[in-house]
Amino acid sequence: MMAPLAGTDATLIVADVAIVGAGPAGIAAAVRAAESRLRVVVLDRGLETGGQIWRHMSGSPVPRIAQHWIAQLSRSGAQVIHGTSVVDVQHEDAEFEILADSSGSALRVRAGRIILATGARELFIPFDGWTLPGVMGIGGAQALLKSGASFAGKRVIVAGSGPLMLPVAASLATSGAKLILVAEQARRSAVMRFAAGLWRSPALVAQAARYRSRFLSTSYSTGTWVTAAHGADRLESVTVTDGRRTWREAVDVLCTGYGLVPNVELARLLGCETRDGAIAVDAQQRTTVANVLAVGEATGIGGAPLSLIEGEIAGSSVSPRGRVSDALLRKRAALEIAARRMLDAFALRQELRSLPTAGTIVCRCEDVSYGAVKDAACARQAKLYTRVGMGPCQGRTCMPGLDFLLAWQPDTVRPPIEPALVSVLSSELADDAAASILFNSSVGEAYQ
Amino acid sequence: MAINGAAAELNIVVDDQRVRVAAGTTVAAALFNLGTAAFRRSVSGEPRGPVCGMGVCFECRVTIDSRPHQRACLIAVVDGMHIRTATEA
Repeated sequence: MMAPLAGTDATLIVADVAIVGAGPAGIAAAVRAAESRLRVVVLDRGLETGGQIWRHMSGSPVPRIAQHWIAQLSRSGAQVIHGTSVVDVQHEDAEFEILADSSGSALRVRAGRIILATGARELFIPFDGWTLPGVMGIGGAQALLKSGASFAGKRVIVAGSGPLMLPVAASLATSGAKLILVAEQARRSAVMRFAAGLWRSPALVAQAARYRSRFLSTSYSTGTWVTAAHGADRLESVTVTDGRRTWREAVDVLCTGYGLVPNVELARLLGCETRDGAIAVDAQQRTTVANVLAVGEATGIGGAPLSLIEGEIAGSSVSPRGRVSDALLRKRAALEIAARRMLDAFALRQELRSLPTAGTIVCRCEDVSYGAVKDAACARQAKLYTRVGMGPCQGRTCMPGLDFLLAWQPDTVRPPIEPALVSVLSSELADDAAASILFNSSVGEAYQ
Repeated sequence: MAINGAAAELNIVVDDQRVRVAAGTTVAAALFNLGTAAFRRSVSGEPRGPVCGMGVCFECRVTIDSRPHQRACLIAVVDGMHIRTATEA
């Protein structure tokens, strides 16, 4: 089937609030905004509501808190559209118009306010062999597992950094994988100090212990990291080091990732300021651009409980009669402190800056080597000489790692922020009257 | 989805081979379970497979029902689907 080249009609949705992302933050924002009868539309790239953290297969169980929020969302009157990637956004007068690729068709959403709940992705640091099939993200492995992949009988190493390693190692072990090693790059002292500071959060300690109990026969080694992956056409082994000793392990799958990076591309396209790589927001979750709010991991890595609270705050603050409760603000402050302590504990060690060799591919889309870019002063200069970061992923995979390795500042963001069919980019609204306005009018009565 | 305790299956075609896979999975999970290593070839011909699992990295791209460059991790398997990978370079 050939997609039409140009001139296709776009579907138009008119709403009061457009939310990008249906993870915990986007769900909570949608629920609170829809409570005051605002017309809310939520666009999500995935197949199911819940984002990465609450990802589940149709019909499979999800955590109770996720069930609670997903049920509230489905009753809220908010319209959730899955399989939808935002490509561009225009700003005219007091209205935004979002262009999205919705399962291959053009979708335009007009709304007076946007709430960005774009989440985060994994930070990858390139090393020799990381492009071999079988090397994947830690969250990537979790996503595959939750979408039906079987790791039963596979020899797996989980190596990287951060609290995400525990639940993923637990899921892999439970699913029958032969978990060889869980390697945390952070020092034992830092991880222990972090764990000791968790006494205020007994639920988190219990959760960590439950995860750990599911892979007790595997060693959880701190101060340990993977320096290279080896194989012909797929992964066969990895080189592991603890800084003193270096050894090889035969594996089928290496799950690697060094924490999370906020997804700020859409925010930057809109002109929102970022701070330390996250979308800058005020106490009401407002960005530096009027009528654009941001919530969840995109505003700083803090976990699902913090994302839910930020979503509630944003959803309430856009509501005409909405009031943000002091209790919510206090909870947010406490969780933000915990998030900062977590980031400190899992700070990346200097040795990781020498992981790639000159021949290591850094840009997986365009096969650009580390040697070709490491002397560039900034991302833009590197792009002038190579095609680094200019492939389909638009640098989302390589640039955060290169920022870590070379202290580059992020380059400007231009539309389309995702690869899109020409038919989507060139779509037009036949005319407003003829365009199909999908919004359910019974829910869609604008607040007067 | 379970029918009488057994996972429902459906028929798809991967690189001209008819195979049965579990229903309710993504294309990426189905190919992973079939042992596929090379979902695509990179611009210099290297085999590549899924990395992020959530539509960001574009490494799991395959051709689905003649539409090239589809992200296997974002699409659910459907009965009768034709998938082409880069297994035969």
